Amino acid sequence: MIKAAEAMVKCLENEGVKVVFGYPGAAICPFYDELTKSDIHHVLVRREDNAGHSASGYARISGKPAVCIATSGPGATNLLTAIATAYADSIPLVCITGQVSTDQIGCDVFQEVDITGAAEPFVKYSYLIKNAAELPRVFKEAFYLAGTGRNGPVLIDVPVDIQNTLIDFDYPESIELRTYKPTVKGNTLQIKRVCEALKTSERPLICAGGGVISANAAEELRDFAEKTKIPVVSTMMGLGIFPTEHPLYMGMLGMHGVKTANEAVSKCDTMILIGARVGDRAVRSPKFLAKTTKIIHIDVDPAEIGKNIHVDIPLVGDCGNILEQLCAHVECSERAEWLAELSQIKNEVPTENETQGYVNPKMFIRKLSAKLPENTICVADVGQNQIWTCNNFQFKGGRFLTSGGMGTMGYSVPAAIGAKFASPDSEVVAICGDGSFQMQMMELATIIQEKLAVKIILMRNNRLGMVRELQTIHYSDNQTAIHIADGNPDFVALAKAYGIEAERVCTMAEAEEAIEHLCNAKGPYLLECNVWRNETTL
Amino acid sequence: MKHTISILVENHAGVLSRISGLFSRRGFNIDSLAVGETDDPKVSRVTIVADGDEHTVEQLEKQLNKLIDTIKVKALEPQELLSRELQLIKINATSQQRSEILTICEIMGAKIADISATTLTLEISDTTQHLERFQELIKPYGIKEIVRTGVIAIQKGAETIKK
Repeated sequence: MIKAAEAMVKCLENEGVKVVFGYPGAAICPFYDELTKSDIHHVLVRREDNAGHSASGYARISGKPAVCIATSGPGATNLLTAIATAYADSIPLVCITGQVSTDQIGCDVFQEVDITGAAEPFVKYSYLIKNAAELPRVFKEAFYLAGTGRNGPVLIDVPVDIQNTLIDFDYPESIELRTYKPTVKGNTLQIKRVCEALKTSERPLICAGGGVISANAAEELRDFAEKTKIPVVSTMMGLGIFPTEHPLYMGMLGMHGVKTANEAVSKCDTMILIGARVGDRAVRSPKFLAKTTKIIHIDVDPAEIGKNIHVDIPLVGDCGNILEQLCAHVECSERAEWLAELSQIKNEVPTENETQGYVNPKMFIRKLSAKLPENTICVADVGQNQIWTCNNFQFKGGRFLTSGGMGTMGYSVPAAIGAKFASPDSEVVAICGDGSFQMQMMELATIIQEKLAVKIILMRNNRLGMVRELQTIHYSDNQTAIHIADGNPDFVALAKAYGIEAERVCTMAEAEEAIEHLCNAKGPYLLECNVWRNETTL
Repeated sequence: MKHTISILVENHAGVLSRISGLFSRRGFNIDSLAVGETDDPKVSRVTIVADGDEHTVEQLEKQLNKLIDTIKVKALEPQELLSRELQLIKINATSQQRSEILTICEIMGAKIADISATTLTLEISDTTQHLERFQELIKPYGIKEIVRTGVIAIQKGAETIKK
């Protein structure tokens, strides 16, 4: 017999977990006590939501469920935003929270909160452990649920007395979930229907979302697109699937997307949505789109099909499998005219001006990405910095991470920390604004403590720039609650106080030099770019 | 339009809150919800009557199916279902009124479940429409209290939800 807390650690070991992100507290102490006896590396973050975001970065790069840990009460509620963020982007997390003692549940004791209740709307599943003997089965199920079908966060809430109970430990080899069987292969009849539809289509378009990345199907998508010569646009979550320079790639669609992609959407006669959920920022008027376009929707989650848009051909299954099936059945085709039409728009060169004394963020991102190695992991935060990155970063084969669904500010630095743990040899760059940076700057401590060469770009416009733009356009330029200049610290001095190399640049010439410094830095680096206050998002 | 949906779920703690939470957060309107164990104690059966168009019901079925605890979801077609609801009604009844009320009960298929010097408690199990008609007939005597179970439903004939 072993302590349940030790069993929890053994469960993680059995799942091949190497790194966990967390923050301790009284109700999770038995687990932490046992964790010291394991080779699993614990990363102490500086606030619990960042444990969740770091786990998210780790999971997205490693392709496997990642673990974050918090204590009961405020520790658990701090974790909520990260859980919701992971849910919105379908990221596989196993979140472990401590809970007050079983006999005290419901008594409103110190640091008690009903976290399974609070997280219920945005977890894939959750467990409140009432019987310690269940733990091995629960952990096995949690990892399986988080990382199969449509990925998502699973929460395991473990009362402190349960952690101290003695149990027989035997990690189950198989899972018995009669109710959960995700569809993997596409229905052959539907595959045929898609191929038929493509035969008659003159202007088809693929819209690829994050589901393609979750399914690790970038290669399959490229094979399919190249065989059929169908142009590709991506959602924000789908960025990086296709190299920016690929002749079939037309950029990100939607409210903050590029002209080529949006023109392609409005002109196409057939649209293959794959691993994309037709979010409002990507497709503003799905009703209008469905009227003029034949919609083929491919997703692993049947509930996504028909939720936001009327679908002509639904196709449920794993994106990778389906693309392989489609590739095997579809005929080669040429669509020279349609591609030429789009390429012409793609090749229009935008006119951009430099404002004296400032770094042009769009030019900067293009220059930065040109210098970064091919396998760079780029993490964008939320706000103008995110859109500047989405539309100007030249993706060459690395990865792009951001909080697309929830738009959670403060995601980039902790997610970059997680990504760096998952791929220590890749260059990892977090791009954020001065607003979002201040929601996460406590994580500079984690970077230093863990000796991580995470690079940070901080776009300082002394504003919450995206809200400022919204107020300018839709609220008669009544700028309110967006001025942060008076509170902004000297970010370079702040980074240096943590022992992080940093510099500030105010012109493009300076910026170009600084990019060299950033790329050559062996340790962490913070580059603050002075950005004009009225710089536009698009 | 009203839809009757039968759901088989794992009889786990928290499963009911997962189902009811799903209705509120997806903006579906529930008229009634009834739940109870089945012949297999590990499985509960939930019957929901909800309002909405075809698209809403399709979405509802998909979202319910997506819940990890859901074993089976079936929207029962109005013409192929047998539905019942149990209602207890406490009404004012003097000794002079009792026989009159008894006659109504006999015709409508209700029973006297309890009696006091000034009241009668009536029990009736039938379709929602029948219950409403009965309520209209009994109303003039003065209804003191009503309690209903919510609708439960099963398919007519040999078919079952599992098939």
